[in-house]
Order: sequence, then structure tokens, then C-alpha cells
Amino acid sequence: MIEVRIHGRGGQGNVAAAYLLAAAAIGEGWHALAFPAFGAERRGAPVAAFVRMDRRAFRRRDQVARPHFLIVQDAALLHVPGVLAGLRPEGGLLVNAAREPAGADLPPKRFAVPATRLAQEHLGRPVPNTVLLAVFLTLTGLLPVAALERAVAARFRGPVLEANKALIAAAAKLPPPGAWAVEETDAAGA
Amino acid sequence: MPQALEGSQAIARAVALCRPQVVSAYPITPQTHIVENLARLVADGALACEFVSVESEHSAASVVLGAAAAGARAYTASASQGILLMSEVLYNIAGLRLPLVLTCANRALSAPLSIWNDQQDSMAVRDAGWIQLYCAGNQEAVDTTIQAFRIAQDTELPVMVCVDGFTLTHTLEPIEIPDQAAVDAFLPPLHFARALDPARPLSLGTLVSPEWFTEARHSQHGALLAAAADIEAADRDWAAATGRAWGGLLEVDGPQDARIGLLTLGSISGTMADARAASPDLPPVRLLRLRAFRPFPAAALQAACAGLETLVVLERALSPGGEGIVTAEVRAALYGREPAPAVRGFAVGLGGRDVPMAIYRRAVEAALAPGEGTFAILDVDPRRLPAEDRYPDLAPPAARGAEEEAT
Repeated sequence: MIEVRIHGRGGQGNVAAAYLLAAAAIGEGWHALAFPAFGAERRGAPVAAFVRMDRRAFRRRDQVARPHFLIVQDAALLHVPGVLAGLRPEGGLLVNAAREPAGADLPPKRFAVPATRLAQEHLGRPVPNTVLLAVFLTLTGLLPVAALERAVAARFRGPVLEANKALIAAAAKLPPPGAWAVEETDAAGA
Repeated sequence: MPQALEGSQAIARAVALCRPQVVSAYPITPQTHIVENLARLVADGALACEFVSVESEHSAASVVLGAAAAGARAYTASASQGILLMSEVLYNIAGLRLPLVLTCANRALSAPLSIWNDQQDSMAVRDAGWIQLYCAGNQEAVDTTIQAFRIAQDTELPVMVCVDGFTLTHTLEPIEIPDQAAVDAFLPPLHFARALDPARPLSLGTLVSPEWFTEARHSQHGALLAAAADIEAADRDWAAATGRAWGGLLEVDGPQDARIGLLTLGSISGTMADARAASPDLPPVRLLRLRAFRPFPAAALQAACAGLETLVVLERALSPGGEGIVTAEVRAALYGREPAPAVRGFAVGLGGRDVPMAIYRRAVEAALAPGEGTFAILDVDPRRLPAEDRYPDLAPPAARGAEEEAT
């Protein structure tokens, strides 16, 4: 079982990112759930969403308390209390930032990508989520990047879809493939 | 082939497959996505249905009351304060014995204001005379929605399908959407014999003198109890069509030799099942999931408790000044039976508080600690309250220990 927590600000497509990741996993035959954390749904406010995915079926619906990975869509959120809470010691932190963030409280396994800038270039909109997901899949190797493309294709059409595909392809080339490869843990998430 | 769908989207598609003729609703979190999706299906021409936008939940319920009385297949959805605002009409719909379906996207009641999940809203209309079915997951929500339309027309009673807000409505997961032919075969067109018809004039909802009111209630009570067989039949027939059954009135899962039982409703049930699998050090536990709360399946519950010494009830509501609403009913159903398990009730997960797998261990430990109180809010932390608000006698055992350490 792999657990991911995605942090962002209201309006950044945070729940959409969680839905895309889970939909990509479901498309590959995984059992996956994506759901928003309980918080204020205001534009600009810090928000979080969860993804839990496993090759075997599971039934639990509690929140993700000990994620294997954090995806942070706004580097300023790293200073918000609770954003890093519960990340496993071997866990990875993926941040939307021009430079890798520094700090004693940050995990050793971390990666930064200028996702907003890339999205702005390809889509003309500052929506970092598909970039981060493409980088995440390359880093972890959990799913083929094509699975993300298929999930995006289920949501978008025409020129927007084509621009997103180009964006995903560009983003997927950025990180070292498989650098964060993990073995699945048991269904209890222990 | 399961699709990746948000619960609300899947529920809306299930409603559409049932070919409703009238949908009326007023948006309220966390129900909103359900009716937004239905409105879109109507606007896109994918669903031939009268979608009536209204200015309040009272009107939404009134519109579907009228539509059902006129013989249309009608649907609405709401949550929380919306259910309360509807409550006057909900009693009328049930008293008039009209077949229609309502999805309750379960949410806490104010005050304090909370948009998040518990089940206080549907519990607040427990006595309205509606069938109430609680779903553990979104596949069950889809299947139960379709079953609900069948049950409604078989019983000529309204059916409330309860799905936990956010935990189900806003969760994307793999969901199988049945095909139209399967739903059509399962759900014949509605022919409501008492439908209003100018050719055969009759009055509905007229003043009833004491000479008849009692008999009307007696008949309604009997019809609700008799609906148990229709709920079971719908689940059985749906299983024959799709291979998926959801336990009828009460889902029982666990060893015959278990001495401890754990009864839940709704979306925490799966979390408890996975927690049981992850806790092999604990004694065996039989999981009971109350799918039908109205009619209350007393006989099924009595049978499911065979051999149990303790039954722990976890519920997401309470009657302040009384105890757990479900707990009290479970206790009543088992009272006087020999042997009967001791019943320990706990409210958990109020106002959206997460119910983690660790709650399973606490529930089992509570079952193993004899002589403790009969009801508490299991996940309360009294230390966060001023001293005069802590009521340590009401706190659950673990929190009581923490209280002693803190003082």
C-alpha cells in the first residue's frame, strides 16, 4: 500500500491532482482512493488531499496519517505547521519550487521542480498539478507516465489535452527515473 | 470494468439509470456534486427528466412530494440543515406513503457549524417514517440507490439512502456502473395505484379526526416493518443480476466463535474490517453492519449476536442527555433475551473527526474491560476543555486515564 498526501492552496487543483493520481492507478488495475482532507475550501487557503493505492483491494477510509510521499504545490506551505507531519523517515518530498528547499526539518529524499513555470509555458495557466504528478511517477516508477496521460485524457479534450500531454512529456524527463522506487508495504500500511 | 469515479458522480449516474421523471433539489455541501451532476445530465439531454430548481430544501421536498403523488418517479438529495428544513415535508411524504428516493449526504448539524461528516442529520429524522439504508462504500451507494427505487415502489414508502459526506461523496474510487438494460430489468416502470388522477378524483393529506389517526399510524408502522422483506428481496435480486449483494438488512462478517461483536453503520465499517485484519493479536471479533436502520432489523440483530458476550456499538451521532441513538435501539432489541451480550456504546467521528484504524483496538479493549460505563464519546479529548466542562465520569476509559495523568 502506498499513501500520498498532496498539499496546495485552494484553486491550485489539489483535489484534481489526487483524483488524477488515483484514476491513473485505477486505470492500471490498482485499487485506489482519492479524497480531500477536511479543511476550509477557500481560494488561497492551505488545503490537502490524500491518495491511498494498493494492488490488492482494501476497505479502509481513514485519513492518511503516515504518507510515503508528500507532494507540495506551493513551497511556502513547507513553513505551515503540519505539512510535513507524519511523513515516513524514508519518505519523499516533491515540491513545486525553482530550487531544492533546504532545512533541517526536511527529509533527505526531496526533489524540486518549477511546476508553475512549466505549466505557464505549456498551458498558459499556473496550474502545477500535472507537472508534479508526471515527475512523481518518474521518480517512483509506481505507474507508467502513460497512465497519467490516460487519466488526463478522461478529463480534457482538444487543444487543452494536447498541451497537457506535451507538458507531462516534458515534466517526466526532468527527474532521475526510479530514484524513489519503493516496495509496496502490507495492506495495514505498517 | 470499474471506472475511476467520484462518489457523487457515480450516485448521480445511478439515479439517472433509474429514469427519474422529476428531480428537485437545493444545493448544500456535501450533497452538491450529486445534484450538479444530475443537472448536467439533464442539460446535456442525457436524462429526460424535469429538473426543478427551487429556493429551499422545504420546496425541494414539496416538489418531489407532489411529483410522487402524481405518479412520477421522483428523487431529491440533501444533507444536514437541509434535511432539518425538509423535516416537516419528510414526515408528510412518509405519512402519505409516497414512493420516492432521497440521498442524504450525511453531515453534522449546527451548532457548532460543521460541513463535515457524521450521521446526526439522518438520525434526526429517524422517526419520520422513511426507510433508511446506510452505505459503507460508493459501489454500495450506487447499487443501493438503484435498489432504493425498487424498494420504494414495492413498498409505496419513501427511501433515504445515507452516504457519508466527503468520506463517500467526495472520494474517487473504482466503481462499476451497471448498464441500462440491467437496471431496466431490475426496476420496472412505476405504476403508482394511488396516483392523483383527474379521472379518478381523490384527496391526499386531508384532516384526519381521532377516529382514524391511530389506525393510519398503525398501518404505517406495519408497512415499515413489512418493508424488511422488500429490502432483502431487492438486495437478493440485485445480487442475481450483478453478483453484488450488500447484506440486506444487516451484514454479518466474522467467526461463529467470537465473543466480541462490533456494530457500525456507514463508511467506518471498512476501516474497522481492515483494522481487524491488521490486528491478529486481538481476540476474534464479529463485525455487524447495520445497513437498514429503518425498519430496524431486531430479529436479524438477535440472531447475529448468538454467542457474543459483549457487543460494542460505534455510531456517528448521539442524543445529548440520553446516549447513543443506535446504542439505545440495539440495547432495546436485545433486552430480556437470554443469553444476550452486554452492549457498550460509543459515539465516534463527530463533525468530521477522522476515525482511524486505532479506534478498532480501543473498541475491542473497551469490550474487554468489564464494568465500565455504558456510553461515551470514544475519541473525545477532555483535556482540551476547561476543567468545568470535562465531565470525567462521561469520558471513555482511555481518556479518563489521560485526564488523571494530566491532573
